[in-house]
Amino acid sequence: MGYPHKPHEKETVILSEYFGDAEARSYDGWVKRGGYKALKASLEMQPAEVVEIVKSSGLRGRGGAGFPTGVKWSFMPKEKSKPHYLCCNADEAEPGTFKDREIMRWTPHALIEGCAIAQYAIQAEITYIYIRGEFTEPLRIMQAALDDAYGNGVLGDNAMGSGRRLDMYIHRGAGAYICGEETALMNSIEGQRGNPRIRPPFPAASGVFGMPTTINNVETLAAVPHIINRGPEWYKSLSLNNEKSCGTKLFSVSGHVQRPGNYEVTMGFPLGELINDLCGGMRQGRTLKACIPGGSSVPILNREETESCLLDYEGCVEMGTMLGSGGVIVFDDSADMVYQTMRLARFYAHESCAQCTQCREGTGWTVRILERILAGQGEPKDLDLLLDLADQMTGKTICVLSDSCAAVVISTIKRFRNEFEAYMAGTREPGVVAAGVG
Amino acid sequence: MEQTTEYAPVFTGDNRKRLDEVLARYPAKRAGLLAALWMVQEQHGWVSDEAMAETADVLGLTPSYIKGVVTFYTMYHQHPVGKTFVQVCTTTPCNICGAEEVVEAFLEHTGCGDLGATSPDGKFTVIEVECLGACGFATPVMMNEDVIENVTPEKVPDLVKQYS
Ligand SMILES: Cc1cc2nc3c(=O)[nH]c(=O)nc-3n(C[C@H](O)[C@H](O)[C@H](O)COP(=O)(O)O)c2cc1C
Ligand code: SF4
Ligand code: FES
Repeated sequence: MGYPHKPHEKETVILSEYFGDAEARSYDGWVKRGGYKALKASLEMQPAEVVEIVKSSGLRGRGGAGFPTGVKWSFMPKEKSKPHYLCCNADEAEPGTFKDREIMRWTPHALIEGCAIAQYAIQAEITYIYIRGEFTEPLRIMQAALDDAYGNGVLGDNAMGSGRRLDMYIHRGAGAYICGEETALMNSIEGQRGNPRIRPPFPAASGVFGMPTTINNVETLAAVPHIINRGPEWYKSLSLNNEKSCGTKLFSVSGHVQRPGNYEVTMGFPLGELINDLCGGMRQGRTLKACIPGGSSVPILNREETESCLLDYEGCVEMGTMLGSGGVIVFDDSADMVYQTMRLARFYAHESCAQCTQCREGTGWTVRILERILAGQGEPKDLDLLLDLADQMTGKTICVLSDSCAAVVISTIKRFRNEFEAYMAGTREPGVVAAGVG
Repeated sequence: MEQTTEYAPVFTGDNRKRLDEVLARYPAKRAGLLAALWMVQEQHGWVSDEAMAETADVLGLTPSYIKGVVTFYTMYHQHPVGKTFVQVCTTTPCNICGAEEVVEAFLEHTGCGDLGATSPDGKFTVIEVECLGACGFATPVMMNEDVIENVTPEKVPDLVKQYS
């Protein structure tokens, strides 16, 4: 079901089937719902067979980049000469995204099972589940489920009687968006500042503790047991628009809709239908103005683009944006796009790890110029200055946090230039812009 | 902050055992640092210089290394804070749903007045945070370890009473 609401008939409920069902949180409850069959079956195959199944299912990473999961797993060394690690990315902090939180809160064993299968497939003894520090409830639930899984012999030195060692530990973060970036996350596990690392080397060669490592998002891993149970062909067939995008995806919808929440639909589902039918449309008396479909780091869409966007990797690119993490932020006509652009830039300035000059200085300057515009002191050349700055911030840094901030600025100026110009022309009274009141 | 009482070490007895259990999960001692700092904060409410020195000692690191890590992560307090630490998300998805008015209401009803300041009765400190990962439940507020969803300015007086 699409939490916190009853499922809508247009949803394809697979990952979210047991959201809201507290019994599914326990080991017994999970087994009663078909849990751990996929792990059992996987442990009876060769690791390489499991990798092949996931590869042919077409599953792509749900953390933001959309990289094919089975292909990523196949980069791990086949001949084991060192310890291997799996990291599960549960740092979920991309504004607009709150799906991994619900997976952990309602179906912790789905994640444990997915991690265990992946861990077996890449021949890792240990999985670290990196949970952001603010997720206190998901952390408690995950820890209880892990204890339960250990207690029932699912994990440990002889996982499900297979003779394989599968250990799994939670690593709690402590407040830093950047730790969701895969190499920053590894540094954070190692007890360091969460600074992203320069690549190469890539994690499959040298990841956490310098050992071959695979990192996957919570939602990616939670999909794996279903693929093992029902087969890669079934998964591949879940596709409405482009065969390169398949399966279901959880979309977290926030902002000005009647029913915000998580909705699970088949890849390629129309964004307009998600907003108007599943979420009940806009608030009373308001109209749709804009939408960021993939978490705050992807370009914003105007109304027309939103209404014709199909939700999969290719459909979003066609509209000039990206699917990202599936965090759908909806703005109605009351939103002040200049103020919100500043607010997002402030997010990136706050979260920059400050290693790269373009990012550290660029995010800060972006905020200051936008604040100047909001204060009614902007000059016509400021928009060019912002765009020039954004250009300098793109494609030049260790990670893409810098590019994300730039994308917000470029895409908003492109679609809502008139709002910026109104501030410059003094037709918008400076200072009266409270949050969300345009 | 004046240190009136003697520093009480964290990593003794049960805590030491807990830390050793954590360290056994990693191939390197340093990896236990974030967990160790959480234990410090659980006991003392913040991470003082003395605590950093103790942690450095226990993990075989230098105090300056620990300081570098503590200052990187926003959830470790470098100063004592109010009995209830209130964090209101004001990032865009919550912002457009009125999060800044929730902040105002907290500042008013707790008596904190300013962001980051502790109320005169020592009960509250209020700050704005970036996305709490609960954007569909605007406005989410963290009060110590609890996340409260769908907070509106009208609900703030009751919450303040409850956590007083
Ligand atoms: C600044 C930044 C923040 C990120 N935050 C997250 C996050 O919170 N969760 C996540 O799963 N991936 C996040 N990612 C993407 C990860 O680096 C990585 O691509 C992902 O975890 C891989 O998993 P997947 O292949 O299953 O998607 C972030 C990337 C960047 C650049
Ligand atoms: S781009 Fe920004 S966040 Fe990423 S490594 Fe550079 S300074 Fe850090
Ligand atoms: S933006 Fe407020 S919780 Fe995500």
